[in-house]
Amino acid sequence: MGMWIERHLKFIFLFPSIIFVLLMIAYPIGYTFYLSFFEWSMSSLQPPEWVFFDNFKALLFDDPRFWPAFFRTFYFTALALVFQTVLGVAIAILFNRKFRGNQLVKTLFLLPMVATPVAVGLVWLLIFEPSIGFANQFLNSLGINPQLWIASPEQALPSIALVDTWQWTPMITLITLAGLSSIPSEYYEAAAVDGANSWQNFWKVTFPLLLPTIFSAVLLRVIDAIKQFDLIYAMTRGGPGFSTETLNIYGFVNGFQYFKLGYTSAILVLFFMIVLGISSIIMILRKKTEVTL
Amino acid sequence: MKKKKTSTLLLFFIVLVSGLLFACSNGNDNGDGSVELRFIAANHPWTEAIEPLLPEFEKETGIKVKFEKYFEDQLTQKLTTEFTAGSTSIDLFMMRPLQEGKLFNLNGWVADISSYTDDADWEYGDFTDPSVNSLKADDVLFGIPIVTEREILYYRKDIFEENNIEVPKTVEELMNVAKLLNDPANDFYGFVARGQSAAAVTQFSSFLYGFGGDFFVDGKATLDTPEAIEAFQFYGDMLREYGPPGVLNMSWPQAAGLFGQGKAAMYTDADSIYPNLTDPEKSVVGDKVGFTLFPAGPNGQTPYNVTSWGLAVNSKSENKDEAMEFIKWATSKEVVAKLQDNGVPGPRQSVWDNQQGTDTFPSELVDVINQANAIGREYDRPLVIKVNDARDIIGTVIVAAIQGEDVEAAAKAANKQFQELLDDEK
Repeated sequence: MGMWIERHLKFIFLFPSIIFVLLMIAYPIGYTFYLSFFEWSMSSLQPPEWVFFDNFKALLFDDPRFWPAFFRTFYFTALALVFQTVLGVAIAILFNRKFRGNQLVKTLFLLPMVATPVAVGLVWLLIFEPSIGFANQFLNSLGINPQLWIASPEQALPSIALVDTWQWTPMITLITLAGLSSIPSEYYEAAAVDGANSWQNFWKVTFPLLLPTIFSAVLLRVIDAIKQFDLIYAMTRGGPGFSTETLNIYGFVNGFQYFKLGYTSAILVLFFMIVLGISSIIMILRKKTEVTL
Repeated sequence: MKKKKTSTLLLFFIVLVSGLLFACSNGNDNGDGSVELRFIAANHPWTEAIEPLLPEFEKETGIKVKFEKYFEDQLTQKLTTEFTAGSTSIDLFMMRPLQEGKLFNLNGWVADISSYTDDADWEYGDFTDPSVNSLKADDVLFGIPIVTEREILYYRKDIFEENNIEVPKTVEELMNVAKLLNDPANDFYGFVARGQSAAAVTQFSSFLYGFGGDFFVDGKATLDTPEAIEAFQFYGDMLREYGPPGVLNMSWPQAAGLFGQGKAAMYTDADSIYPNLTDPEKSVVGDKVGFTLFPAGPNGQTPYNVTSWGLAVNSKSENKDEAMEFIKWATSKEVVAKLQDNGVPGPRQSVWDNQQGTDTFPSELVDVINQANAIGREYDRPLVIKVNDARDIIGTVIVAAIQGEDVEAAAKAANKQFQELLDDEK
C-alpha cells in the first residue's frame, strides 16, 4: 500500500486539481451544452423534454429580446474597449516617463481596479442620480444641461461603459507598462543614431513592439467586457425597459427569474461560441503582429 | 519512517472525506427527541417583529425554530432550487402568494393544510376573505396569510393646505392636482410612482382596474383593450409630465425616497411601506404625510388589496404538525396584534377592529385600510405561473407610455406575447 502511494505520489497530488477542473469546469460546460437541447422549465413537474435545436431556433428567429441583447453586448464592449485602450495606452506611456511622485500616482491610479464591481456600481448609481447626483452638478458647473444618465434608455449603456472605463483603464495601463519596460533600449539607441525624432521613435519603435502586448490586454478586456454582469446588474438590472439588457443579463433573467433552464443553456452556449470566436480572432491578429526579436 | 508518513497522509484523507459526509447528513431531530424546524424567511419587518417573540413559542411547545433569512428575490431562488432538488429539510417558509403561489402549488411543493382549519381557538374564519383567497386553489389551502397590503394615495398635507386644494377622489382630479403642483424648475414634482418596468406593474394594476381594464379575462389577454390602453396612457402621462426625471429606474425604494425627501406632492404605492415615509430617520416630511383611498377611475374605485406574504409548509417536511403548530401561533390573534403593533399590517379583521391592534398606525391610515379592505381586488399582478415573464411583458407598455411612445402599438405587441404565455400555461 505504502509503496503504491509512494510510486504514484505525483498523481495523488495532482488528483485534487484534476477533480476540481472536471467537476467545476468541464462538467458544467458539458451539462450546459446537453441541457440546451431540452425544454426544461422549473415551473412544471415534467422532466426535461428533448427538443433538439428548438431552443436555438426560437432564440434566433422568434425571440424579440435576443438580437437587441446581442447587439447591445457588442455596442457596450466596443464602446468600453475603444476608450479603455486609447486612454490606457496613453496613460501608460505618460507613466513610463520619470517624474516626481511617479510611483505614488501609479499606485493611486490602480485603485479602481481593486474595488468590487457591485460597490462601484452602487456608488456610481448615486453619482448618476439625475436631480442630486454629482455628475449633473459637475455638468451644471460647466454650464451644460443636466443629463438623465442611466435613467434614460439611450444614455444608460454608454453611462455604464463610462464606469467600466473608469474601473478597467488601469488594467490596460498596467499591462502596457509591463510591455514598455520589456522593450530593449538598444532600439532607441539605434534610432537615435539614425536621427529619429520622438514622434518617429514612438511610431516606428515603441508602437510596433508594443502591439502584441496591447493585443493581450485587449483580449483580456474584451472577454471581461463582453460578459460584464455585476456593474449592469447593480446599476440598472437591464433597465430602463430592456435598454441595458446584454446577453449575460438576458441569460440570468431567463435562468433565475423565468426558470427556463433549457432556453438559458441555449443562450449561454451561443454566448460561449461568440466569446470563443472573438478570442480566436484576436489571438490570430496578435500572432500576426508579433515581431521576432 | 517513510511508511509512517504516507499512512498519515492516508489517514488525513479519510478524516477529510468522512468529515464531509457527516456534514451532509445533519438531521432535524435533536438528540433529546425535540424537534427543530427549519424556517426559510424573508428579510421583512414581519420577520424582525416575530423573532423577539419566538422564545415564548419555544417555551410553550418545546419546538425550536431555526431562521434563515433572504431578500425576496434570493428567497424565491433558494426555495425553487431546494424544492426542485426534493429537499425535505425545509419545514416551513415565507412566500409571496401572488408571485409564486401558483407555481409552488402546481409543483406540489406546498402541503395542503385545509385539515387544520377547524381549530376553534385559532379562529381561521377571522382572516379576511381576500387575504385567504390568494392562498387557495380550488379546495386546497396551501398557506396562511401574514402580511396584507393595499394601494393607497400618499399626499403632502401641508402643501395641499397651503394651496387650498382638495384631496383628489378621482384620477381626473389626481391629474389636475399633479399639474397644478408640479414645479420642476424648483425640483418639485406633482406625482411620483414606480416607473421601473416590472416593478411598476403591481402599482399600475389599481389604475388598470379603475379604468375598467384587467390583465386577462377567461384566458384571453386584455392588455390592448381600449380601457387598458387608456390606463397605460394615463399612468405614462402622469409620470412623464408631472413625475421626476429618472422615473424609469424607480421602484419603491427610489420613489418612496423621493417623496420622503419632500420632492413630490403625491405618491401611489402600497400602504405597507408607510413607515418609510413617516419615520423621521428616513423622511423629512414625516408629520406632513396624508393618507387617502386610491382615487376612483371612470369604472369605479378598485385598489388592489392583496396578501403580500404568507406562511406555507413544505409538502415533503417530516414535521408538518409542528410546522403548523408554529403557523397557528404566529397567526394567532395575540401574536398578530403584537406584530401589527410593530407596524406590520396583518390579515385578521378582528385585530383591525380592535383599538390595540391599530394604535401605532396613523388613525387616518386605519380608516383608509378598513375602507380598502372592503372594496379591494385580490390581485395586483396577473395570476399566472410565470409571473416574472408576464410582469416583464406588461412592463414594456408602461415604459413605452412613460417615454411618450405609441402606447397602442406597444400594448398590441405585449398583448400578443402575453397571449402566447397564457396559451403555454394551459
